[in-house]
Amino acid sequence: MKKVEAIIRKSKFDEVKKALHEIEVNFFSYWDVTGVGNEKQGHVYRGISYSTTDIQRRYLVIVVSDDFLDRTIKTLLESAATGNVGDGKIFVSDVIEAYRIRTGESGSAGIN
Amino acid sequence: MEAGLFTANNVWMMVCTGLVFFMHLGFSFLEIGLTRQKNTVNILFKNVFIICVGLLLYYVGGFNLMYPGFEDGDAGFLKFAGFGIAAPENGMTPDYADGGYTWWTDFLFQGMFAATAATIVSGAVAERIKLGSFMLFTIVYVGLVYPIVGSWQWGGGFLSSLAYGKAEGFYDFAGSTLVHSVGGWGALIAIYLLGARIGKFGEDGKPKAIPGHNLPLTAAGVLILWLGWFGFNGGSVLSADPELTSLVLVTTSLAAAAGGVSAFLTSLIAYKNYDLTMFLNGILGGLVGITAGADQMSPNEAVIIGVLAGIIIVLGVALIDKLKLDDPVGAVAVHLICGIWGTLAVGIFGQLASFDQFLVQLAGVGAAATFCSVTGFIILFTIKKVAGLRVSEQEEMEGLDIHEHGMDAYADFRMNQH
Repeated sequence: MKKVEAIIRKSKFDEVKKALHEIEVNFFSYWDVTGVGNEKQGHVYRGISYSTTDIQRRYLVIVVSDDFLDRTIKTLLESAATGNVGDGKIFVSDVIEAYRIRTGESGSAGIN
Repeated sequence: MEAGLFTANNVWMMVCTGLVFFMHLGFSFLEIGLTRQKNTVNILFKNVFIICVGLLLYYVGGFNLMYPGFEDGDAGFLKFAGFGIAAPENGMTPDYADGGYTWWTDFLFQGMFAATAATIVSGAVAERIKLGSFMLFTIVYVGLVYPIVGSWQWGGGFLSSLAYGKAEGFYDFAGSTLVHSVGGWGALIAIYLLGARIGKFGEDGKPKAIPGHNLPLTAAGVLILWLGWFGFNGGSVLSADPELTSLVLVTTSLAAAAGGVSAFLTSLIAYKNYDLTMFLNGILGGLVGITAGADQMSPNEAVIIGVLAGIIIVLGVALIDKLKLDDPVGAVAVHLICGIWGTLAVGIFGQLASFDQFLVQLAGVGAAATFCSVTGFIILFTIKKVAGLRVSEQEEMEGLDIHEHGMDAYADFRMNQH
């Protein structure tokens, strides 16, 4: 099992979600995050100009069986991309075990 | 006078009383919107305190300090007609105040005005003043300073009979000076003694933006204030006189509209962006500017006063930043600077315009400036020395809501950021 963490644009979230559902990755968690990056956004407030490097993104955590990994990554790369700076990152790591709380099932049965 | 007309007059004045009351909600929304969410409960608490205590103080002594019954020709400066309120014998008849309203209406209409002066200060000192110190200041400023200045003009004191050449006396229809500048001077002195919020000026001394957290509330507040101004100026006719009330509503609205448009255009030219907060401040500037002469101006003159007020707002906000003062809501630019502008405009435009009138208006501005800044300084400086004005650094960073009140304004509310 692998854990796929993806930081994506919020504007791409609906597309990514739909694409993941199409390859039958139906369960994942997400939350909104603020990060610091190279992208700068200009603001003016009451005559004072300022720019902020704080950027808003959405953070997805998807745990998948090994045989789902490749298509998950491929789907993310395709659906989350705009080609511009700031499209995000994907991290993959090993998961030792997974359990479904209701039934106590573990492994692949625990996540699908 | 017919009973029907007396009733109609009184009903209009009570409607106006309600509209002026509604302005306190407008001020609250405006102040909340232009500050950070961690101080929202604190600002609401101050505004609710102001309207309640302001009215009670006006009942205890304010009304009789503001309308003490100066004798004709005694150029009154200070007189007190005693504690409490009690209607005179003719107070409920058309003999009182030319049948414009009853004595009770008179008290409540004026009482709704009184608290406004402290509300103006509240916005300027937001996000860093100690609650207790602010409440103490409000009590003295609304209880004493506002009614004394008011008595000089509306109470029949020395400003109202300040004749010079062609001018028969100082003129301030609904309070560009008596209400707005009085509050504005208090605000200016207070932000000078308080100092800027942490983070308002960088180490290089350059001003930084501390964006307000809720512009929808700010916009609602300003539009509510505009509505309230129909009562503030419309009621200052002191009867339902058809011609004067309708003229006043026209000049008031035109000045507000012109002030808003000119402020957003000035800001667009100066800063290359469509700044909603400047647009809204411009509307308020136009309203404050027309207030001194709302019944004296033609529609064209009202528009000119509004346009200039809008430009003054944008320059005024920049000036306050230049002076290293921190006024989160622009209260000094709106109420003080546009209040002065509106007062002087009575000597430049409208039916009273003359150089003599201009000088008398200038004298009135000077009298209010001297009295308010001196008394304001004494009150605030004393509080600063005795109890302190400013919250601790930790409290300011973490928010006054949790430290002064132990509560959050938006306890389980979550923002959906783009």
